[in-house]
Amino acid sequence: MKKLFSKSFWIRNETLVAIVIIAFIIIASISDPRFLSMPTLTDLLRGGIVLGIFAVGVMVVLISGGIDVSFTAVAVFAMYTTTLFLVTFVPELSWYWAFGISMLIGAALGAINGIFIAWFGLPTLIVTLGTLSIYRGFLLTFVGSKLISNLPPDMRDFSRLMMFRNTNADGSFYSLPWAFAALVIVVIITWFILYRTTLGRSIFAIGGSIESARRIGINVRATQFFVYVYVGTLAGLAGIIYASMSRVANPFDLVGLELSVIAAVVLGGARLIGGYGTLTGTLLGVALIVIVRNSLIVIGIPSTWQSVAIGVLILVGTGLPAWQAKRAAARAS
Amino acid sequence: MNNLSPKNNMFSSPEARLAVIAIVVFITMAALSPERFLSPQNMTSMAFQFPEFAILALAMTITMLTGGIDLSVVGISNLSAVIGATILTQFAGPDIAGIEMAMWIGIAIAISISVGMLAGLFNGIIIAIFGLPPILATLGSGLVFTGLAVALTGGSAVLGLPSGVAWLGNETVFGVPVPVILFAILALGLSFLLARTSFGLKIQMYGTNPLAAQFAALDVNRLLMKVYMVSGVYSAIAGMVIMSRANSAKADYGSSYLLLAVLIAVLGGINPYGGYGRIIGVVLAVLSMQFLSSGLNMLQVSNFSRELIWGMLLIFVMIVNTQKGFKLNLGKTPQTKSGK
Repeated sequence: MKKLFSKSFWIRNETLVAIVIIAFIIIASISDPRFLSMPTLTDLLRGGIVLGIFAVGVMVVLISGGIDVSFTAVAVFAMYTTTLFLVTFVPELSWYWAFGISMLIGAALGAINGIFIAWFGLPTLIVTLGTLSIYRGFLLTFVGSKLISNLPPDMRDFSRLMMFRNTNADGSFYSLPWAFAALVIVVIITWFILYRTTLGRSIFAIGGSIESARRIGINVRATQFFVYVYVGTLAGLAGIIYASMSRVANPFDLVGLELSVIAAVVLGGARLIGGYGTLTGTLLGVALIVIVRNSLIVIGIPSTWQSVAIGVLILVGTGLPAWQAKRAAARAS
Repeated sequence: MNNLSPKNNMFSSPEARLAVIAIVVFITMAALSPERFLSPQNMTSMAFQFPEFAILALAMTITMLTGGIDLSVVGISNLSAVIGATILTQFAGPDIAGIEMAMWIGIAIAISISVGMLAGLFNGIIIAIFGLPPILATLGSGLVFTGLAVALTGGSAVLGLPSGVAWLGNETVFGVPVPVILFAILALGLSFLLARTSFGLKIQMYGTNPLAAQFAALDVNRLLMKVYMVSGVYSAIAGMVIMSRANSAKADYGSSYLLLAVLIAVLGGINPYGGYGRIIGVVLAVLSMQFLSSGLNMLQVSNFSRELIWGMLLIFVMIVNTQKGFKLNLGKTPQTKSGK
């Protein structure tokens, strides 16, 4: 706590993003007192589930010094294939089986990325760019391109499981689905892997310097392989949650979201050069993106300006630390 | 110049291998459905299809040569097209003709290209002066440019352009489609710029080793600003072609072209870490992609399998290039150059 008001605290991305969020909430609740309410909060949390799971995965990749743009394709592939399989063969299967199958498919696709990156040594951006089109193209060509709207009953039931549900004094209705617990579990597991296991330290180490990591005896290939399998698994999970929450499996969904997710993670302070990123920052970044998407109108900015707002946030959020680093480097030399 | 591709073997340069790929694809497609693939209609339709994304790929290429990337190319092209189209619909309207029409189209194009240049300058400033990593700078600015186009139009298409606008994207001169001529001029121009001017030499120096370039008293900031301005201008020109072919402008046209442009540049042998790349490679990559997708179209293969095959081609070429040509640093993002 003694470092709370030190200079480094104030220039951290997490702090900046938190300040922007708080400022946004203050302005929003002044202009519309109804903003500060449970329905707003539950909408925000609900909107953050899929984005949040994606973001945690992307953060792990960024920490390892790579980048992944294929995770949306992995998610939609896993989600659609699983749903199609269940609907065609075993519609009465429980939702956790659906989740398991989807995560397995995700892991397998992540493993393909991992092989190209860890064993062939190809640049991560190029590999995942290529597999993005491969997974999506394969899905739409060979698996199917039709919307599935009759989800297996148990998946639909899952989306109706609420942690709590309540009615406001003015009659408005709010609830939080159990799917939110998935995000909490993902965050806890990821925190444990990153900060309590050797594997986690290896991920940070190869992100910091791949050569140093190799020389201190870290198995770089195995670590990289794990990272991409892990992202794939999380993408599979996010995909199936997305399908059950929207109660439809649309093979054209999700792809196109990848840059927004990366934006959220980067806003939260993870660095593209690797070796740095925090879960707090990532979740704050996701919260900010969700708030801007849902509630820009409340502070009087028309929703057509939404992507300008997100773009400016990215530029400012990454520009300030970059500029400070540049000035510090100039002073040092 | 291309120190990374020793000339000891005919197939040692990525361009030679790409030429082989382009020819193999062409011959395969021609053999599989000769009467349709080799038909004049197919040749013309291919020629009208590729220039818009090929020009975006050129815009991407020049930034990749410096070890950067420009994720805002599609944003810039839509913003400049929307502004140009808005000028045309507000001041000229669809019924205008003759000299007056030519004048207004000229003004609209000039303003659109200036918008592209300013957008590129903006990218250059945030990258060079503020030190943002190019991938983030252009990711953010791309959202801003797209967002401005959305805000200007309210998200709907700008319709009702003068009839002359269609010329750029749909007519032929001496049997050659205008967009192809435009692409050829732009590709030759960029090739000349890179191979025959000091600006091109500086780009290669900076792309090979930014620190060494700085110590060699290169004005790095100016260089980067110029590079992103060229990229912006090329994007704006692509925007004009798209506007002409669609006969309208909209904030989200060509959104699939962004990844396609990166894909073509890399397929074309441009080293994503900077320093190496030749325009002929990009041209060959564009041709391979177009032959492949038109050929697959002829064979009644679904549109989606194009994506699949493009992705496989990209990874295949990367594996071949990495094993034989330049060795890339293991799993690093384009910003780090420790492997050089």
